[in-house]
Amino acid sequence: MKRLFYILPLVGFLVIGAYLGVGLTLDPHKLPNMLEGQPVPAFDLPGLEGRDGKGFSNADLLGDVSLVNVFGSWCVACRVEHPFLMKIKENGWVPIHGIDWREPDRNAGPVWLRRHGDPYTLIGDDPRSIAAIAFGVTGAPETFVVDKQGIVRYKHVGPITEQVWAETLKPLIDHLREQG
Amino acid sequence: MIAELGHFALILALMVALTQGVIPLVGAQRNHAPWMQYANQSAILQFVLVAISFACLTHAYVTSDFSLVNVVQNSHSTKPMLYKVSGVWGNHEGSMLLWVLILAVFGAAVAMFGRYLPPALKARALAVQALIAVGFYLFILLTSNPFQRMFPPAQDGQDLNPLLQDPGLAFHPPMLYLGYVGFSMAFSFAIAALIEGRVDAAWARWVRPWTLAAWCFLTGGIALGSWWAYYELGWGGFWFWDPVENASFMPWLIGTALLHSCVVVEKRDTMKAWTVFLAIVAFSFSLLGTFLVRSGVLTSVHAFATDPERGVFILVLLLIVIGGSLTLYAWRAPQLKSTGVFQPISREGALLLNNLLMGTAAGVVLLGTLYPLFIDAVSGGQDKISVGPPFFNAVFIPLMTPMVAAMAVGPLLAWKRGDLARALKTLWLAMALALVFGIATWSLQSGQSPWGIVGVAIGSWLAIGTLIELADRVRLFRIPLRDSLRRLAKLPRANWGMTLAHFGLALAVFGITGAGAWKVERVQSMRPGETVNVSGYDFRFDGASEKEGPNYLITEGRFTVTKDGKLIAELAPEKRIYTVRQMPTTEAGIHTLLSGDLYAVIGDSNADGSFVTRIYFNPLVVWMWIGALTMVAGGALSLSDRRFRIGAPKRSAMPAGAQPAE
Repeated sequence: MKRLFYILPLVGFLVIGAYLGVGLTLDPHKLPNMLEGQPVPAFDLPGLEGRDGKGFSNADLLGDVSLVNVFGSWCVACRVEHPFLMKIKENGWVPIHGIDWREPDRNAGPVWLRRHGDPYTLIGDDPRSIAAIAFGVTGAPETFVVDKQGIVRYKHVGPITEQVWAETLKPLIDHLREQG
Repeated sequence: MIAELGHFALILALMVALTQGVIPLVGAQRNHAPWMQYANQSAILQFVLVAISFACLTHAYVTSDFSLVNVVQNSHSTKPMLYKVSGVWGNHEGSMLLWVLILAVFGAAVAMFGRYLPPALKARALAVQALIAVGFYLFILLTSNPFQRMFPPAQDGQDLNPLLQDPGLAFHPPMLYLGYVGFSMAFSFAIAALIEGRVDAAWARWVRPWTLAAWCFLTGGIALGSWWAYYELGWGGFWFWDPVENASFMPWLIGTALLHSCVVVEKRDTMKAWTVFLAIVAFSFSLLGTFLVRSGVLTSVHAFATDPERGVFILVLLLIVIGGSLTLYAWRAPQLKSTGVFQPISREGALLLNNLLMGTAAGVVLLGTLYPLFIDAVSGGQDKISVGPPFFNAVFIPLMTPMVAAMAVGPLLAWKRGDLARALKTLWLAMALALVFGIATWSLQSGQSPWGIVGVAIGSWLAIGTLIELADRVRLFRIPLRDSLRRLAKLPRANWGMTLAHFGLALAVFGITGAGAWKVERVQSMRPGETVNVSGYDFRFDGASEKEGPNYLITEGRFTVTKDGKLIAELAPEKRIYTVRQMPTTEAGIHTLLSGDLYAVIGDSNADGSFVTRIYFNPLVVWMWIGALTMVAGGALSLSDRRFRIGAPKRSAMPAGAQPAE
């Protein structure tokens, strides 16, 4: 009986070890994405100032493979990925639409885009997180890959880098385009 | 060429460690003296080889040798020299090399300074130490070789993670590792004792200084880390209960418990199996910490190098080291017979209470740290949750409060059987003042968190109680003052160490309470010339300017802080963009007052020329670091006690059950 007491620590450790082993097979960065394979949720956002009053709705996503990028002028990481978004636009690789999320005022987004460049085809202003909640956005930047039928195929959390583009996004986009 | 030399030296060190892990062990079993003595020579040789290897990597960093993958990934030619050097351990491969270097330093130290150790115990401990080293050498050589070449060499490097380019973090990892790895010594002695089936006062007297040294480094390392987080992350906080912070905090909690239970083994010949268990657990937590940080099973603001493949290797290492030692423990520990008996109310009882509370606290932190992993594993990766400060504060503070309360009483209790009534009577002043300060706090801070009141009361209780214990020890006011002073001068350094360390914790409690309960935060948009009042201080924003650092661009804001029209300080918070990695960092502008820190952070600029600014007043926060320093000083003072340096008492010199002199 007393011996059992001395074996207890070993048993406890083995249980922890088993969990650590399982934990290793999972990627903590990968957030569950309920939307993958689902149609884009319905939304209809007003546009930003200085963009001819054009807004952004889920209907705009039909017909071509596109990226939906959630950003904000307050978001530091968005500024990190911004030069690469500009590069995508300049090379015409894929259309990027923006959801301008949680701006403190109506000017913040347009001013930010004037300063850093505007890579977006369409932009929806989402100060009250209406579309962001529908998309299940957890933070900015987040980028969704949407196929021609308007179905969400992938969500990338965090800035898009050369590496993310080359290893994940580009192959996926090429694949979706081929599917027709 | 030099890189290959470093690689080669590391392979040789592995070979030496392999022999050191076997020969002395066999020698001790067969009582063959030369084989036992081999451990001394090999431990020193191992140290020399790892030191050469480390020097070679440092050389590559200092000379910016961009034919090494590791240097390319973590350095840049324009990086200041300090960070070229600290870049050696600012990455996964280099930090592992530092790990084995420190392991070898401790091994060599035992070989050189352990003259009075029983030869068999020493041989076995060094062999265990070498076996741990073998695991880590293999880990480095097989999965994380810092000497990997690349062809063609790169033009320039990719720079070190900007967050790590900071004087505080340059010295944080070595300190922390000295603590982590220091517990390997206690661990090796514990395993050696289990093999021998014997733990005695001499053993405890040997383990204690190593544990104490490790504890000092770990305390310093944690304090340095929290200080770094405080000014570099720019959130006005110093502790986030982040998995990586917890990974360093758990060994600290268990190490503190071990430190105290060693005293019981040494003085009273009891709680032996428990102490051996703590020694195993303290180092296991150190290994677990390494695993959590290196494997990427948990995400964290601090995890700058993660790789699941390395995780598998460390997990296997973990299973062998911890699983093996706990198996040995289950098998051998029941044979460790204790002779000392004691009443629940006694010094032993108080120390046991300390152990239980520290152990529970470590268990709770472990649970909170791994819980997201449990949920993740059970749900097959579908549920991601995080356990944050609310959980830890809710369980940790109630555990630490009785612990701090008991800390003032414990030293006043006699060994074996204490008199609680007398101890409390001695402490009446502390009790009265704690009550007064608590009530004063309550009346001053209308309706805020109750923890502020508890913190002040418990902090004053411990601070005053510790001073009373010192006064009681020298019989202040009960014998002539001159005699008291003479007693004070003759007090062993270990006693001074305890008093200082306990007093330091009381100071830290004030700091944690102040910054935790009464922090004031204001976030706003400010134009140059505008003023914000925070806690009675007027922060005037004087605008921002662009500057250039050695490898980054700076937006520097300027604040003038006045109180009632009188100039208090000028703050210059910075926002840096590191050009190579295009990564922004914040440098808070901080002016430290004993009453609290004035803390300003500058954020993004708006279109109208205003800037987002965050201004904090962190009351008393500096006392946390003063407290931590005092604790380290206490540990160091205790370490210098001559009783640790002269030979430990012979086992038979003390009849079982006899009361040892203090």
